[in-house]
Amino acid sequence: MLDQNKAADLFAKLMRYSTADEIELYIYGGHSALTRFANNTIHQNVAEDNVGISIRTVFGGCTARATTNKLDDESLKRVVQSSENLAKVQQPDPDLLPMSSGRGDKQTIAPSRYFDQTAALEPGARADVVKKIVGVAEKHKLTTAGIFSNSKNFEGIFNSQGLSQWHNQTSSEISITMLGEDSSGWQKSNSPNVANLDGVALAEIAASKAAGTAHPREIPAGKYPVILEPAAVLDMAGFMFWDFSGMAILDQRSFLNERVGTKLFGDNINIWDDVTHALQSGSTYDGEGTPRQRLQLIENGVVKRLTYARATAEKMRSSEHKDKVGPIEPTGHGFLLPNEMGEAPMNIVFGGATDPKTKEQMIASTEKGILITRLWYIREVDPYQKILTGMTRDGTFYVENGKIQYGVRNFRFNESLIHMFSNVEEMGTPVRASGEESFDMVVPPMKVKDFNFTEVTKF
Amino acid sequence: MKQIAEWALNIASQKGASYADARAVSDRGRALATKNGRVGSASDSESQGIGIRVLADGAWGFAACDDLSRASVEATASRAVEIGKASARVKQHDVRMAGEKPVVAEWTTPYKVDPFTTSVEQNLELLLKIDSELRSVKGVTLAETNMNFRREEQWFASSEGANIHQTKYTTGAGYAAYAFAGSEIQKRSYPTSFGGQWQNKGYELIEELKLIENAQRIGEEAVALLKVDKCPEGNFTIILESAQLGLQIHESIGHPIELDRVLGMEANFAGTSFLTLDKLRTLRYGSELVNVVADARQEHGPGLGTFAYDDEGVPAQCTPIIRNGLFTGYLSSRETAHMVGLDRSGGTLRAEGWNRLPIIRMTNISILPGEKPLTLEQLISDTDHGIYMQTNRSWSIDDKRYNFQFGCEMGWEIKNGKRTCMVKNPSYSGITTDFWNSMDAICSADEWTLWGTPNCGKGQPQQVMGTGHGASPARFRNIKVGSAYKQS
Repeated sequence: MLDQNKAADLFAKLMRYSTADEIELYIYGGHSALTRFANNTIHQNVAEDNVGISIRTVFGGCTARATTNKLDDESLKRVVQSSENLAKVQQPDPDLLPMSSGRGDKQTIAPSRYFDQTAALEPGARADVVKKIVGVAEKHKLTTAGIFSNSKNFEGIFNSQGLSQWHNQTSSEISITMLGEDSSGWQKSNSPNVANLDGVALAEIAASKAAGTAHPREIPAGKYPVILEPAAVLDMAGFMFWDFSGMAILDQRSFLNERVGTKLFGDNINIWDDVTHALQSGSTYDGEGTPRQRLQLIENGVVKRLTYARATAEKMRSSEHKDKVGPIEPTGHGFLLPNEMGEAPMNIVFGGATDPKTKEQMIASTEKGILITRLWYIREVDPYQKILTGMTRDGTFYVENGKIQYGVRNFRFNESLIHMFSNVEEMGTPVRASGEESFDMVVPPMKVKDFNFTEVTKF
Repeated sequence: MKQIAEWALNIASQKGASYADARAVSDRGRALATKNGRVGSASDSESQGIGIRVLADGAWGFAACDDLSRASVEATASRAVEIGKASARVKQHDVRMAGEKPVVAEWTTPYKVDPFTTSVEQNLELLLKIDSELRSVKGVTLAETNMNFRREEQWFASSEGANIHQTKYTTGAGYAAYAFAGSEIQKRSYPTSFGGQWQNKGYELIEELKLIENAQRIGEEAVALLKVDKCPEGNFTIILESAQLGLQIHESIGHPIELDRVLGMEANFAGTSFLTLDKLRTLRYGSELVNVVADARQEHGPGLGTFAYDDEGVPAQCTPIIRNGLFTGYLSSRETAHMVGLDRSGGTLRAEGWNRLPIIRMTNISILPGEKPLTLEQLISDTDHGIYMQTNRSWSIDDKRYNFQFGCEMGWEIKNGKRTCMVKNPSYSGITTDFWNSMDAICSADEWTLWGTPNCGKGQPQQVMGTGHGASPARFRNIKVGSAYKQS
C-alpha cells in the first residue's frame, strides 16, 4: 500500500503543477474484498484495488474540488487544473478560512486500527468460514445468506500550509441471515481485527432466532414496551447525529434548533463522540486535518455540545444563535471542503447504565412486550419532532410474564426519537454494534416503554 | 481499451475460466450545489478501471483494478479466477447461463447539448438565480439547489466474442426551500424531492425543466405549509401526482420483481420478495387499469434505465410486468432466467461502475398511461372527496415489499371535485397488492412523465444505481391516511 512518504512526494509534485493560493490533497485507497453467500452457496465474490486523489484549490476566497484515480503526470496536471478552473469562476466565499497548518494542534491518539491478520485474509480463508456458517444452517435445516468481507485502506491529507495527516485501517465484517420457511434471524459484527469475529457463533444465534420465530403470530399494533438489541438502537439513534452540527443549526434544519442546553431526553441518556474509544474505528482527524476532540454531546439527557468544522465555528460566533448553542470551537468533525453539511459526530459512544441489565434480565422484567433484533428501512417522517418510521425484521418476539413466548409478524413503527430516548427504562453494557441504516456505534441494548407500532405486515 | 479487455480475457481463459467478461469504464462527473446564496459545493470527478468477471469451477469470481497496465490487468484477471475457485468450495450446483448471441455494437445516449460543454459559470449562474428566487419569499429559511452531470463510457468484451462500446450521459437538477418556525420544519422541492429530475439526456433537460419559473411558487408553498392544517386521518380516496406514483412503483413493484431478491440472493441486505415463483401469471397484482412494463429501450424515453445493452451484453428489452392487473414478469439475468423457465435473460444486469459486479437492477419500470383522455384537473373534478398528495418526503417498505408508508411534502383536500385547502404532513400506508387493486383511474399520456431515481441502493458492497419510472397521476380508493403521525 501507498505510505505517507510516497503520498507526500506526490503532493510535492501536485504543488508544482498548481498556481492556486492554496492547495490540499486528500488521498485514499487500498484493497477490499467481499464474499457473499445465499441459498447456502457463495454466489458473489469480489475484490477491488483503487487509489484516488482529490484536490482542493483556493483562489482569493474561492474553493473547489476535483477527483481522479488516474495518477500519470498528465492526469495529475489535469486534476489540478480542473479544481482551479472550478474555483476561479466562483464569487469569493467570506466564510472560507485559510487552510490549517496543523501547527499547534494537539493530536488525538487512538489505538492502532491496522491488523496484519485482517489485511492478509484471502478468498480461500473467507470461503472456509462461509462453509462453517453453511454447516450451521444445514444442521438447523435452514438456508443462509450473508457476507464475509475484509479490507486494508489508507487515507491522508496534505496541504500547502504544511499539514500532513495519515491513517491506516483494516476492517472485517460478517453478516448472517438464517431463513426458515416463514421466519428469519440475523446477526452482524465487524472489527478492524478479524480475530474478533466468530462466524459460527453469529450463525448459531441467527439460527436460534429463525427457529424461535417460526410460524409467527399476528398481534395487534399499538404501544408496547420493547427490548431493542444494540443494532436496533443504533439504527434509530443514527438519524439524530447529523443534527449535532453547528451548520445544521445555522441552516435551521436541525431538531436541536432552540433546544441545545435543554433536557430533551431521559436522565439516563449520556452520549459521547469519541474516536479514541477502544471499540471505535476511523481516523483521528477530520476533512481539514483537524484532530477530532472527545465531546460529551448529551449529559443526563441534556444536549450539551455540537460539533464544528473550523469555518462553522467562526460563523456561529457571529450568529444570532451564538448564546444558545454551548461551547463554540472547531471540534475536528468537519467533512471534506467544500460541502453543504458542515460536520457531524461519527464516533458515537453511549454511556451505560449505573445498573446495567443483560438482555435476559430485561426480558425477565417484562410483563408484556416485544423483543426486536433489527430494524429496517428507517426514514424520517418529521424533521423537528424527529419521528421515524420503519419496520422490524429478522427476529421479532412476543414477551410475556418475563419469557419469550413466540415469534410475531413484523411491525411498522412511527416513533419519535425524543420520545424514545425519554422512555428508556433499562440499559445494558454498550458494545460495538453494526446495523444497516446507520454507521457503527458503541451502544447498549435498551428497554423502552410505549414504543409506537402503527401497523403489522403479512409475515 | 479493446486490447486491455483482451489481456484480461486471455489470462482468465489460461487460468481455467470457462467464461469471462471484462468491462473497462471511464467515468466523468460534475456536481454543483448552492445553499443560501452561495456555492455550497463544486466538484469535478473522473474515474477509470476494469472489472473482470469469470466463471471458474462453475462459480463466480470478480476482481477490479484502477491500474490499466498490462501487468495489473493480467494480475487482476488471475485474481478473479482464484476468487471463482474459492467460491466453488461452497456451492450447491454450477452456475448456468442463458445463451446470448454475442454482438459487436456502438451506442451513445441521444443528446442535444453535451452538458460538459456548458460552462460552470453558466451552471452556477442559473442555480444562484433560482436560489435568489427561493429566498425572495419571506419565511424561507434555507434554499438549496443542485445540478449534476455524468458521462459513463464503457467497453464490454466477453469470452463469447461480444464487444460493445456504450456511452451514457446523465443530467439532473432540482432545488428545495425550507421554512422553520416554532416547532416545525416544512419543505417544498422542485421538480421533485431528493435531487430533482434526472434523465439520460444532455443539458437540454435543464432547459426543459422550467426551474426558475417555479422557484417563487415553491418558496411560497414551503412557507404556507407552516400555517395550514394537518392532513386529516382516516380512510380516504387519494390522488398521487406522477413523481410520487413513480416512487410508489419503484418500491412496491420495481424491487419485488427483481428475480435475485425473489430467489433469496439479497436476503441478508435488501431483502426478499412476496412475489414467489408461484405468483407468476396467477397473482392479481392490481386493478384492470394497472399495466406496468420494464422497458430499457430508447423508444421508452430517456430514463435512467435506458441503454442499448446491459452489463453482460444482453440487448435492452421491454418486459410486460403487469398486464391488466395480472402479474406477468420478473427482472432477470443470464444466470437467473432459467429459474423462471425463460431461455433468455431480460437484460437487466447493471453495475454502478468498473469496480462493482453487475447485479439485477430496475431498468425503466413504468405504469402505462390511461387510454382514455384524462387530465389531472379532470380527475380531481371527478372526485367527490379525497386528498391530492404531491412530492415525496419519506418512504419506507418492509423487506418483502408488502407494507409501505409514504409521506409527502404537501396535500390538497378535494371536496366536490375541487381542491379546497392545502394540508401539511400528508402520509398514506397500505399493503402493496391491496393498494394497486384499489386504483380506479389513471391520467392519460399528456400527464405522463418519465422520472429518474438516481439513488437506488442495493447489493453488498452496496451499489447506487439510477432507475426510471414513468407515471401519470392516478386515483386510489379507501387508502389509510395519516398513520405516520398517529399516536395509538
